[in-house]
Amino acid sequence: MNLDTLIFIISAVVAVFGGTMMIAQRNPVLSVMYLILSLVAQAVLYVQLGALFLGAILIIVYSGAILVLFLFVIMLLNLRGTEDLGHGSQPISRFTKFVLSILFVFELIAVVKTGFIRSESPIGMMTTVAEDFGSVKAVATLLFTKYVYPFELAGILLLAAIVGAVVMTRDSQRGDSLRIGSAPDSQAPDIEQETGGEQ
Amino acid sequence: MVEIIIAAGIKVIFVLAAVLTGCAYATYMERKVVGHLQHRIGPSYAGPYGLLQPIADAVKLMFKEDIVPDKVERATFALAPLVSFIPALLTFAVVPFGKDNTVFGYDVKMVLSDLNIGILFVFAITSLGVYGIVLAGWSSGSKYSLMGGIRSSAQMISYEVSYGLSIIGVLLIANTLSLRELVEQQASDSIWFFSNWFIFKQPLGCLLYVTCAIAETNRLPFDLPEAESELVAGYHTEYSSMRFAMFFIGEYANMIAVSAVGATLFCGGWQGPFVNEIPFIGIFWLALKVFVFMFVYIWLRGTLPRFRYDQLMNFGWKVLLPLALLNTMVTGLFVVMGWF
Amino acid sequence: MITLSAYVIVAIVLFGIGTIGVLISRNLIILFMSVELMLNAANLTLIAFSRAMNVLDGHVFVFLVLTIAAAEAAVGLAMVITLFRNRETINIDRYDLLKW
Repeated sequence: MNLDTLIFIISAVVAVFGGTMMIAQRNPVLSVMYLILSLVAQAVLYVQLGALFLGAILIIVYSGAILVLFLFVIMLLNLRGTEDLGHGSQPISRFTKFVLSILFVFELIAVVKTGFIRSESPIGMMTTVAEDFGSVKAVATLLFTKYVYPFELAGILLLAAIVGAVVMTRDSQRGDSLRIGSAPDSQAPDIEQETGGEQ
Repeated sequence: MVEIIIAAGIKVIFVLAAVLTGCAYATYMERKVVGHLQHRIGPSYAGPYGLLQPIADAVKLMFKEDIVPDKVERATFALAPLVSFIPALLTFAVVPFGKDNTVFGYDVKMVLSDLNIGILFVFAITSLGVYGIVLAGWSSGSKYSLMGGIRSSAQMISYEVSYGLSIIGVLLIANTLSLRELVEQQASDSIWFFSNWFIFKQPLGCLLYVTCAIAETNRLPFDLPEAESELVAGYHTEYSSMRFAMFFIGEYANMIAVSAVGATLFCGGWQGPFVNEIPFIGIFWLALKVFVFMFVYIWLRGTLPRFRYDQLMNFGWKVLLPLALLNTMVTGLFVVMGWF
Repeated sequence: MITLSAYVIVAIVLFGIGTIGVLISRNLIILFMSVELMLNAANLTLIAFSRAMNVLDGHVFVFLVLTIAAAEAAVGLAMVITLFRNRETINIDRYDLLKW
């Protein structure tokens, strides 16, 4: 067993462990932490596959932005893990869903095992790649030449998402979105304007 | 193989020791400078000029009782100081601190790890640091801590955008993400040793970087997560003893880290006079530049009052972000036209 | 050398965990995170195939998927906030107004 295999096994196990713990938690904050653990392990797998740039981007985008947003919402709504969510109406029992999901996983694995990516077939083995595979320059060249229209469309999608999020959270009665960062000055009492420095 | 591991180990120990000593004396420096800004003299009893004060503080914090309040969620409460402390130290893995040298016949690279996506690594690691604060705020079971955590997460999301955009100008000019190459591009043999520093090509970028870095490290005037006039001590209200000390050191390690990255990006890193003649002088130049950055932070802290929360958000989204976008656009235009 | 199928199997297991999370979780936030996990499992296969076939197109797809994940999280969390404001719960089984 060489170092490469060891790193693969450890990060694969950590990724799966993090994912499992994420869905097993009642406390959403701990869930977020386990998802971060899983994502960091997946970033290691990315790096092992030569996607150094995307590994860094994965951590920056997910733990830097998306999951902080999740935590922000969890804390804003003050969702403690201790409160019971209660039982709703469930037409299919959770156990059935669980079994079905497991069967689904086994089916996919069976497809992979018996299907076209056997290790002896030409694309089952990893090819040796060029030195700059997955580097920023190589990915960016492709992104700005062959895939420039999807790239532009992704920008438009982000704009639509921004507008959508703002419109949805805007409270029509008060007219400001969640009062985050938009407290009208007339309502802010002077007491809040603290200026004391740390001693 | 063994030699490589030993060499790497020596470098790691050297960097860690330097950073931790730097953190200890950053507290001393902060108290002294703020003291003089306020017409006091700062710490002066422990040792000559109070130079032993950090050691006295460390001993005091170590012997204090570690209080864990009743309502905390223990696992995350214990995890939070570590999460805020370790990423701060990891940043130094990619910061180059000198010209490559030959020591006892071995070629020594004066950087722990020369990643070709170094600056992205720095940003990825910095983005992990926020979880320490948020977790601490969440798990303390105190309303002040919770407020601090919420503020911190909102502040981080808002300023991370401008923080990332502020350095894109430099990356456009330098055409690389490796910190070692960034430093090499700022070298200059003339008597004006600073003529190639990126700060002269990117003055606005540097200003934005420093502003966002202060916000990212929760320093005044952006220290709303721990605003003591409103929130007692914010996210670390319930922490005491060594756990508090870890937050404290983590904050200073973060400051040193953003200063070192800022110095590397904008002020030539370890470049300076005589780097080719005298070995290891790069360490001195980098330390000097970090010192200047730190002094600016402390100076700002002693000068500016704290922002109100809505002012903070308005400033981040309506001033910094448009400016950062403008900077990126103008730099892009200059690069395309070949004016640099 | 680790084979392609090893990576794909890891991705499948992660995808399966995400599926279980989506199906059995009653907490809307955890359900959302499970969707993110599924997206990332798909990303892992894209990168693995990209590496195996020595083309970079998969990396571009992953880049676009990350963009979409960010957009989806922003809109989704806005919906969570709106729903919470109206129903005061994040239990998805309670969001059954359309059944009436």
